[in-house]
Amino acid sequence: MKDQVTLMKGNEALAMAMIRYGADGYFGYPITPQSEVLEKLEEEMPWDTTGMVVLQAESEVSAINMVYAGACCGKAVCTSTSSPGFSLMQEGMSYMSASEVPALVINVMRGGPGLGTIHPSQADYFQACKGGGHGDYHPIVLAPSSVQEMADFVGLAWDLAFKYRCVSMILVDGLIGQMMEKVVLPEQKPRRTEDQIREQCPWAINGRKGMRPKNIITSLELDDDKMEANNERFQATYREIEKNEVRCELVNTDDCDYLMVAFGSMARIGMKTMELAAEEGIKIGLVRPITLWPFPTKEIAEAAKGKKGVFVPELSCGQMIEDVKLAVECKLPVEFYGRTGGNVPSPEELLDALKNKLINK
Amino acid sequence: MENNDIIRPENLVYKRPALLSENHMHYCPGCSHGVVHKLVAEVIEEMGLAESAIGVAPVGCAVFAYNYIDIDWMEAAHGRATAMATAAKRLQPDKLVFTYQGDGDFSAIGTCESIHSCNRGENIAIIFINNAIYGMTGGQMAPTTLLGQKTATCPYGRRADLNGYPLAITPLLAQLDGTCYVTRQSVHKPANVRKAKAAIKKAFQNSLDGKGTSVVEIVATCNTGWKLTPEKANLWMEENMFAKYPLGDLKDVDAKK
Repeated sequence: MKDQVTLMKGNEALAMAMIRYGADGYFGYPITPQSEVLEKLEEEMPWDTTGMVVLQAESEVSAINMVYAGACCGKAVCTSTSSPGFSLMQEGMSYMSASEVPALVINVMRGGPGLGTIHPSQADYFQACKGGGHGDYHPIVLAPSSVQEMADFVGLAWDLAFKYRCVSMILVDGLIGQMMEKVVLPEQKPRRTEDQIREQCPWAINGRKGMRPKNIITSLELDDDKMEANNERFQATYREIEKNEVRCELVNTDDCDYLMVAFGSMARIGMKTMELAAEEGIKIGLVRPITLWPFPTKEIAEAAKGKKGVFVPELSCGQMIEDVKLAVECKLPVEFYGRTGGNVPSPEELLDALKNKLINK
Repeated sequence: MENNDIIRPENLVYKRPALLSENHMHYCPGCSHGVVHKLVAEVIEEMGLAESAIGVAPVGCAVFAYNYIDIDWMEAAHGRATAMATAAKRLQPDKLVFTYQGDGDFSAIGTCESIHSCNRGENIAIIFINNAIYGMTGGQMAPTTLLGQKTATCPYGRRADLNGYPLAITPLLAQLDGTCYVTRQSVHKPANVRKAKAAIKKAFQNSLDGKGTSVVEIVATCNTGWKLTPEKANLWMEENMFAKYPLGDLKDVDAKK
């Protein structure tokens, strides 16, 4: 089965990658445009093969709290949703972060605010990267731009979540979720045994086997100094993640006059824009953040040196651009182009915008 | 006869359950929680489940239940305990998984999770403490607050036209196909304590046997919130609470056979 190329939707690749990773549980609620994740899992019936639990919850609120419990048990658990559902999950994101439990949460974004549209968007960047719930916390946020990365990032996200005892996210626009592409799925891994979980996660809630001291997982701490110490510990973990886990793709950034910073499907469209620009003699390089948090601040600052300007296209009214501006410390022009409402710009549209804002201004 | 002649192992007729920790409880004197905690600890110990029991603590007065009963615990967000228990049990079917929740947690903010967990027939036990008031936050109105009962947020007494009616949630849950045992108990007299203990034991055994969801409602006192002495709180409960929340089994699938 190794290296077998199959054609499937991004959402289906997420589901298959979960099973292949040896996931213990998935808890979700249908919402367009990510419902294929739950549909694919139910179709595959992994409970009969790997023993993975799959459950359609009564709401996103319930789903995220089921994930919270599974994470407390040291299990590899996840949920997926789309933007309005992700808003409902913010309480759980905050609790899981405060409880230092590893979990995977996937947001296949659609346009908002409100019920908005079922079409693609990247407008949950702030909510995902800046901590959409209460308190100071960050999930690790991975941004795939292909169906292959949808499959690959499931395992990566879980590995990082377990490494740092934090919440990992896959943040992707509905376009990648719905798009069909060739993909090579990861090899099937076995689910961990209870003994392996006890060894890997000695903090897990799985009963006091051998009358070990009891484990308690709580986000509550009423002693001011102890709660402050908790926050300091969380922040120390975040600094460690920032040091070790920044990922980005650099394309043609050494030999260019203008730098584009884009993620997800906008980076895919931006790649075509670079080709069109090259035909006109305009040299554009691309930084594609793969981790949106931690953000590739240093990499962007380095790539921007000596350039004439930075162009940031997003499927929003401008969210990631704030982090790009901070990265380059406003030393050169940083211009934005965005579409919303589920509209996706063409490569030509991006090139026109770049020319209007940075070249023919 | 000297005291030391009497205090001998062979004369022991009662002891604190080993799983009930030495931590000083934060509950008010007269509160029912302490008794129910003791019963839970006793039952887990007697059933030999100390190594496999998982509790899900609520938000409310019992938020620190994990400090008092020496088993593994996870602390839920307000109202979400049965969702957490659902996943904990499905992912670890060999464990005893139970929630311990108050009336606000279980039948106000968590009503959706409570109903759906019961309706799915999750193999969990739910211990539901109904004292008709929000104790932890200082005595506000609960969904179970009786008509005419005064609280901090209905200071002139609960009125149906302003605040709606008291919610008896367990009869609703008894109608669901997923529940196997729904009962209402109290712990204000020794006979009731014994019955409540038997109910908790039955609920835990049902969970282990995979029979579906068991709900043990304990009609309880909150003498501080009710602004009564412990003794008068017990009397007030008998005279007022039991009329709306009568004690006894509401459903027992085994009894029908």
